[in-house]
Amino acid sequence: MIDKSLRWVDDRLGIAKGGRTFLDKIFPDHWSFMLGEIALYSFVVLMVTGVFLTLYFVPSAHEIVYHGSYLPLRGQKVSEAYSSTVGLSFDVKSGLLMRQAHHWAADIFLGSIAVHMARVFFTGAFRKPRELNWIVGVTMLMLGIINGFLGYSLPDDLVSGTGIRIAFSIVESIPLVGSYLAFFLFGGNYPGNGVIIPRFYVLHVLIVPLVIMGLLGVHLGLLVKQKHTQFKGKGKTEDNVVGSPMFPTFMAKTTGFLFMTTAVIFLLGGFAQINPIWQFGQYEPFQISYAVQPDWYMGWLDGAARIMPSWEFVGWGHTIPLEIFLPAIIFPGIIFNIFVFWPFIESHHTKDLAYHNLLDRPRDRPKRTAAGAAMLSLLFMTFSASSTDVMANFFQVPLKDVLWFFRFAVIIVPIVAYVVTYKICNEMRAAEGVGKRKRAQIILRSPAGEYTTVESEPRPGDGHEELDAIPVPTYIDLVPPELATGAGVRRVIR
Amino acid sequence: MSDESPRTGPLPPAALDDPHLQPFARHPEGAQAVAAIAMVIGFIGFIGFGVAYWIGSSTQWEALTLGVGMLALGFGVTAWGKYLMPQGPFVEERHEFHSTDAERDAMTAAVVERGGMVVKRRKLLGGLFALGSATMGIVLLFPLVRSLGPKPGETLFETNWKRGSKLVTVDGRQITVDDLEVGGVLTVFPKGFEGSSPDQVILIRLASELQPLQSPGRTDWGVAGYVAYSKMCTHLGCPVGLYQHQTQQLVCPCHQSIFNVLAGALPEFGPAPRPLPQLPITVDATGLLRANGGFDQAVGPGFWERP
Repeated sequence: MIDKSLRWVDDRLGIAKGGRTFLDKIFPDHWSFMLGEIALYSFVVLMVTGVFLTLYFVPSAHEIVYHGSYLPLRGQKVSEAYSSTVGLSFDVKSGLLMRQAHHWAADIFLGSIAVHMARVFFTGAFRKPRELNWIVGVTMLMLGIINGFLGYSLPDDLVSGTGIRIAFSIVESIPLVGSYLAFFLFGGNYPGNGVIIPRFYVLHVLIVPLVIMGLLGVHLGLLVKQKHTQFKGKGKTEDNVVGSPMFPTFMAKTTGFLFMTTAVIFLLGGFAQINPIWQFGQYEPFQISYAVQPDWYMGWLDGAARIMPSWEFVGWGHTIPLEIFLPAIIFPGIIFNIFVFWPFIESHHTKDLAYHNLLDRPRDRPKRTAAGAAMLSLLFMTFSASSTDVMANFFQVPLKDVLWFFRFAVIIVPIVAYVVTYKICNEMRAAEGVGKRKRAQIILRSPAGEYTTVESEPRPGDGHEELDAIPVPTYIDLVPPELATGAGVRRVIR
Repeated sequence: MSDESPRTGPLPPAALDDPHLQPFARHPEGAQAVAAIAMVIGFIGFIGFGVAYWIGSSTQWEALTLGVGMLALGFGVTAWGKYLMPQGPFVEERHEFHSTDAERDAMTAAVVERGGMVVKRRKLLGGLFALGSATMGIVLLFPLVRSLGPKPGETLFETNWKRGSKLVTVDGRQITVDDLEVGGVLTVFPKGFEGSSPDQVILIRLASELQPLQSPGRTDWGVAGYVAYSKMCTHLGCPVGLYQHQTQQLVCPCHQSIFNVLAGALPEFGPAPRPLPQLPITVDATGLLRANGGFDQAVGPGFWERP
């Protein structure tokens, strides 16, 4: 049956040869290679839950009177966007689960991209020939952040509306063209003509996801074409890939992982409340609440805006609001340019133009590892700075002190992180056998009184590392070997 | 999928007892039992979700049944793949995927020579095509960008406050001079523009012994202990909604800019670069609070056209 249908397809598409190769494609085994899979699968969850949400969400700023089942809101004038979001949370079966799962999936999507990117960075997987795929990945991260912000803005609640107000001011701060761009984007002066929610909606559900999907195809296509990187190990060279075949081993494991990632997202969606917009209330441009913070992936920008000194430039009849423009536009611009161009910065510095399929251990590249640690600590410091008010309350310290702490910390901490990481890497490189799985040394005493040392048996799970890797066999003798030589037993040879 | 790694004929068949084909688990029966139990739990979980949905149970029950179902099924499949499928390791050769020098040269030649020949011979057509497509690109920007919204013009400098505007709450209620207690604050708008973003003003009643330090020319901008400032933060436009009575400060909850109410809302701290613009107010004969003029500058965050 399968044979017949494959022949039918192959007559028309000629897929047998490439398909076989694809089924035999080898995936190296390492836990850190799963990080990208988390991003992929949370994107799948985003698509499914997102389609569900589009069926009930009304992208309109039009004011109506709320008549749903949430009592505190009954009879209030709210926008259709807000009312429909509350409605799909409370009046649509499974709606709240889907909405919260969607929000959690977005947070996990961006989190796993960040961790996946760190893995790729610290192991040098971005080196030739994979620079383009690195850039595609960075672009998806950027689009993911943008789309997260757009989606977060749609429900028209008090907190997200404040975020849109800030976005308007940021666009407005761009020298020369800022006010024009802001007016075009919002259809007029803030809060615009009620066009911003429909516009964000089409960007959020159509245009940005479409681009991300296209780039995702490129990302995975390049991965297949260029094959996976692998860590150094027995039988692993620059010219081969050692691991499990696509079919059936990898497929089973990754399908299971898809289910488990989805499960975690839905468990969070059901048990960990996120963005309870009915508590925040409808957005009004003159209302605000305490401890307004964006989703976590915007925190580094919010923190940068908080700790920036008030350096507005005024002169020649114009104003350049550097206190906004520097932290909100120039700072992320620099960071993303460093990300995009890092493979070329590094190869320019090392003069290394060779192909690299074997991964580095981070300690073996102290400068890169130290630079990565410095970047992560810079981003972590600006991220933490987005909670200055909460910290000041929690630790009972004056807000001023917290702010000044972060103003210095964003400069000092990355430098310290660089130096410390560099030193640790060099220390680790000097020590022999660090990080290798050790075997117990068994000391034996012979009857004659002679002492000898032998290594213990490999640990469970290390056993298969001892085997030499073989190509995936095309055919398998399906008959036990002791019977295979007997008369009349069919051997599978074609 | 476009990956072409040609094999030279089939490999010899692998024997069934080849160690590479053995499962990873030492006790395959036990591993199978664990995977089977997990998959049964998964099955039960999904049935549970169906029931929870059907009877309209809580979000928590839906998440629990669905989550546990997927977690268990996923665990079962993963265990199957990890412990019961051929352990390998298997190897695949990498093939250089870049082309040979001859192929590259041929490609370059095709682009440079063939293309060059055509373009150089027909410079006029090449130039006209470039002109036409560039013009198309520029004019298409008009509907795609220019249609999106109006030009800013003077809009950013204007509010609806003018001399004589009545101060009203968001519900349209007029404010008399006795409406606020000392230390009270209220968000007000010019009558007819309730809820409008650029017009939002925070009205504060100070104790009579507190004399706001007013810059020259602004001494009569407050009345009867009342002062009024634009509520839009000069940093990023958030409403400056927190009034700290004891320190006489206005705090913006977004990025913690702090303005001194007694010193013309001068920013004391944080990223805001300018004082909140002050609205001159007065009391009319009937005791109603009214604006004594508009703002003397643009409200809200900075922008290029602002002098």
